[in-house]
Amino acid sequence: MRAKIKNIKDLLIDPRFINYTIIVTIFLVMFSLIQFELVNRYIYNLLVMVLIMIVMSTSLNIATGFLGELVLGHAGFMGIGAYTAAIIGIALRPYIEVDLLLFVVSAIAAMILAGTAGLLVGTPALRLRGDYLGIMTLGFGEIVRNLITNLDTVTNGAQGLAGIPRIMTFPIAFWTTVLIVTTIFLFMNSRHGRAILSIREDEIASESVGINITRYKLLAFVLASMFAGVGGAMFAFKEGFLAPVSFNFLKSVEIFVIVVLGGMGSLSGSIVSSIVLVFLPEYLRDFKEYRYLLYSAILVITMLYRPKGLMGTKEFDFTQLKNKITTFTKRLKARFSKGSDR
Amino acid sequence: MELFIRQLINGLNTGSIYALVAIGYTMVYGIIKLINFAHGEIMMFGAYFAFLFAFSLSFQLPFILVIVLSMFFAALLGILIERVAYKKLRKAPRISALITAIGMSLFLQHLAQLIFGATPYVMKQLVDTTPVTIFNFDISRLTLLTIGLSIFFMILLSLFVYKTKPGKAMRAVSQDKEAAVLMGINVDNIISLTFAIGSALGALGGIFYAMTYSQIYPTMGVLPGLKAFIAAVFGGIGSIGGAMIGGYLIGIIETMTKAYISSKWVDVIVFGLLIVILLFKPSGILGKNRKEKV
Repeated sequence: MRAKIKNIKDLLIDPRFINYTIIVTIFLVMFSLIQFELVNRYIYNLLVMVLIMIVMSTSLNIATGFLGELVLGHAGFMGIGAYTAAIIGIALRPYIEVDLLLFVVSAIAAMILAGTAGLLVGTPALRLRGDYLGIMTLGFGEIVRNLITNLDTVTNGAQGLAGIPRIMTFPIAFWTTVLIVTTIFLFMNSRHGRAILSIREDEIASESVGINITRYKLLAFVLASMFAGVGGAMFAFKEGFLAPVSFNFLKSVEIFVIVVLGGMGSLSGSIVSSIVLVFLPEYLRDFKEYRYLLYSAILVITMLYRPKGLMGTKEFDFTQLKNKITTFTKRLKARFSKGSDR
Repeated sequence: MELFIRQLINGLNTGSIYALVAIGYTMVYGIIKLINFAHGEIMMFGAYFAFLFAFSLSFQLPFILVIVLSMFFAALLGILIERVAYKKLRKAPRISALITAIGMSLFLQHLAQLIFGATPYVMKQLVDTTPVTIFNFDISRLTLLTIGLSIFFMILLSLFVYKTKPGKAMRAVSQDKEAAVLMGINVDNIISLTFAIGSALGALGGIFYAMTYSQIYPTMGVLPGLKAFIAAVFGGIGSIGGAMIGGYLIGIIETMTKAYISSKWVDVIVFGLLIVILLFKPSGILGKNRKEKV
């Protein structure tokens, strides 16, 4: 139920307008920081890495958070996307001069191939229950990594694929991420998204109200793998060099940890925890040996004491923030006026 | 033919290790329905314990004592993990418990890295490795010992589970936890006991693995752990006999692939096998089919 926009005042309080303005503002601030060289190369790279992890974690969130299935092979889809994009990118570089066009073409190819892989794995796998599905996706991830290593005529094997054009600039990465997160957000709030949510809550009940469980499960799974393919493409063009080791089980777990910590079923939670978990280890450089120890300890402790993660299934919204602040100030006022009465 | 038999013996060697580790997975799954991802790490710690007992003491412990001590400490570690991480989550959703198990696995890996460093320790041979000749085949004593001791412990375990009172209690808990409580069984103790036995056998597998490949490093438990898990699924998760059969089958399939196809494709084939099993018979060879009820 949205209010009709009649004049400028209505437009200014429209939640969509507020959110879009904030996204553009964030972009302009970051972009001008980069343009005026207030941000060094190192931070710049980290920023792009954050965006890639946001794409990876929000896409995994479709399958793990919203659908509620354990997927432990997300890095496998990322790897498929990364290698597809890299190989196409290298091949097309002489013909396509424009960076953006080259990225779009390779990213779409990566998306299609990763999505196809998702379809091939998902069709049989989604018949299985929770932990078996997790194991199967884990097996799939390992198979992908082994295939990348062994098919050395195409992927250059364990030595790694070099010479990928490094075209992943901040603006391209930023707007790709915004596009993907918005798509996921709109999808999850659509009829289909709510069907997927209902499967998570109760499979049998949702089947009895006429939701085609297999189809929706598959849809969520394929969407997750498609966007993971785009994330992989972004990664390939950022690094300029790919090795099979980058897509091992630990990578899948890393993405998984981000989703779990942010809250399974919360996109904004994934975004926040992507930012934290990319920047935090960099500032903990002195404790490098303790980094993964800390990661895993956090994971266990979160599960023991806050199993829903940082945000649970809630979404953070700037318009809500405004409402919360007004109610908070009202409460404060009420409390203070009570105090003066006494 | 000679190559085939030689590979079969190698397969039995690797298979014994997988079977020992798979038993731990299957017992824990049978009793609390949790895939204990940290089991591969217990295997790794078992190997480190054996290394410490064998080489860091000023006097030489006999081999059998090294094994028993490492198994004992691994059992303690297993109980500790269960008490710290899994106990609180018994009633939580399955996915939370699984995430905890993954977290625990990573934690132990990096703990080992912190304590022992990332560089591999070279495991010097603890036993005489001069080959023995049986029917014109030279077989390493280590191989014989691995196969022999594994089978010995598996028989011991079967006797324990099927002939003693705590074993009966263990089977009762895995069938129905609530009913077991009503029969006066202390479920917490039985679960601890399960973790202890599984961890001890896993440690034994880890020691043999370390001796076969003569290296110990913090991530050594990951791949054999996963393969042992595949073995447990293959045999029918929850069934101890199934884990043994599955372990030997996976071991033999792996060595045969190495010998006749290519060593590069071993992991692809084993993981592919897992996917095929899950698709066509998720309950495994000896597992029972369970219908889900509303």
